Amino acid sequence: MSERKSEPGATPAVGRRRRWLGPQMFPYLLLVPAIVFELLIHIVPMVFGVVISFLKLTALYIRNWSQAPFVGFENFRIGLEPRGAIGSALVHSFLITLAYTMLVVAGSWVFGVAAALLVNSEFRGRGWFRTLFLIPYTLPIYVAVIAWEFMLQQNTGSINTLLVDDLHILKNPPFWLIGGKAFWSLVMTALWRSWPFAFLLILAALQNIPQDLYEAAAVDGASKWRQFRSITLPQIRPVSAVVVLVLFLWTFNDFNTPYILFGQSPPAAADLLSLHIYINSFVDLNFGLGAAMSTLLLLFLFIVSVVYVRLLRVGSEENA
Amino acid sequence: MREERFYRVLRVIGLAFFTLITAFPLYTVVISSIKPLGDVQSAFHWIPSRITFEPYVQIWSTVPLAHYFINSVIVCVSATVISVIVAILAAYAVSRYRFFGRNPFRLTVLSTQMFPGILFLLPLFIIFVNIDQTFGVHLYGSRVGLIITYLTFSLPLSIWMLVGYFNSIPRELEEAAMVDGSTALGALFRVLIPVSLPGIVAVAVFAFMTAWGEVLFASVLTTNATRTLAIGLRDYASQSNVYWNQLMAAAIVVSIPVVAGFLALQRYLVQGLTAGGVKG
Repeated sequence: MSERKSEPGATPAVGRRRRWLGPQMFPYLLLVPAIVFELLIHIVPMVFGVVISFLKLTALYIRNWSQAPFVGFENFRIGLEPRGAIGSALVHSFLITLAYTMLVVAGSWVFGVAAALLVNSEFRGRGWFRTLFLIPYTLPIYVAVIAWEFMLQQNTGSINTLLVDDLHILKNPPFWLIGGKAFWSLVMTALWRSWPFAFLLILAALQNIPQDLYEAAAVDGASKWRQFRSITLPQIRPVSAVVVLVLFLWTFNDFNTPYILFGQSPPAAADLLSLHIYINSFVDLNFGLGAAMSTLLLLFLFIVSVVYVRLLRVGSEENA
Repeated sequence: MREERFYRVLRVIGLAFFTLITAFPLYTVVISSIKPLGDVQSAFHWIPSRITFEPYVQIWSTVPLAHYFINSVIVCVSATVISVIVAILAAYAVSRYRFFGRNPFRLTVLSTQMFPGILFLLPLFIIFVNIDQTFGVHLYGSRVGLIITYLTFSLPLSIWMLVGYFNSIPRELEEAAMVDGSTALGALFRVLIPVSLPGIVAVAVFAFMTAWGEVLFASVLTTNATRTLAIGLRDYASQSNVYWNQLMAAAIVVSIPVVAGFLALQRYLVQGLTAGGVKG
């Protein structure tokens, strides 16, 4: 997208008819509703969230937040104290969330690229495969997770039937939703729902690659693998960058998958950050601490996004 | 052509793999929804002992599913309509004009889209409770309150996608209309909106789908009267018993609107998604 200059010729009619406002005001008028909403639903809550992170806002003060005592950085100190119970749990939750995010994002990208390449070639019935692969992504999130919750049941689930009775891979049916395996249940569930998103966007990008690039490469005797590395990968790079960023944010912020699989008391191995903050706030009713954790999360996401956007120039005017 | 053959075999294996991992959970859901309760409470079998459509009848009486359905429709449609209207105006300004504050606005929209819901839920919850206490206005537990919180994700998403879509439409169309004496606002309504209709529909469907699947806000901000499907489906599990066959049937019923909508409009949705900042 080329940089557009402000063209005075673009708004003459407005200038003539609404002289009392001036043509420069027109874009601001269009933005008034959006700005009002942005302030009410994003800016004010975010600033307020930072404010309450400095208060001892417990269930006692929830109806008059202004009465809650000011405690300075106390909530942050408790949240980050690595030797305290709350601090070490937060660090643990952060690390679990990072591992979960990396596995799901990497897996989704690999699956997405592989499936997009498979469906991109010409053959009969490719439309059916395309539609089938998209279904998990189109389901409401909670439906996808409830389906996996049922499949992962120890004595009535289809996964244990498959692994124990049909394939004989395991001797005894394991508990998937309790203990250490809960982490892998989480990863499988999220991956199943996330990879079609990568597939959808990467397939669209593949279809935009000019065919003559491949024809020229084939004339020069390049193998398919060589064509993939030298043409396909560089051509889908901008879309891949966006896919990875979006999936990173969705997965890192994921609340639905652990909440629906485990409810309000997840096993330690599946205690993802959003749910961790939720439990601290709405179950343990320590809103100040929850707000401090949210503020830390906000800082972390902000830094990651800025670094990533700078590195890959995602969302810049030239790429938009 | 050994290479050709190798890739054909590879494609068959690959497609089989992805078909299996996609279809396995879908099959489990569909087959369990037509099993009698006894089947889903014992070890899973691939074939039902007998096929029954009773779960599809029972779901409406075990849980007030129709009521939850109505709540979900009201909240999701309202949030979508508000988002799309506000987003059309904002996206028109951002896409067609250069003005002071344009980039800060774009960045605010982009970054708020990235932040997790929990970041907004916690302060909004406290704000709602305190507004109730001070002014007696019930936002906590009401549909209006839920709609407001749904705008936190549907609005930035709609603005961002629509800016991308409007950018992909040549401005000469509106300029021609304005030469013919149309105002800028007239050009928006008579030229740009009709031309962008596929993109606007795509944005609306996308915003609706996201709202339809929302769990976090609904889990805190709804009461029995305003409960949405996302939370209401929990009710098929009582203390002692989970009606898995009914839960699977209900899961299918609540998925049909969004899955059908997405698949019917998938071409526009892909276009809209790729235009919305994803385009290389």
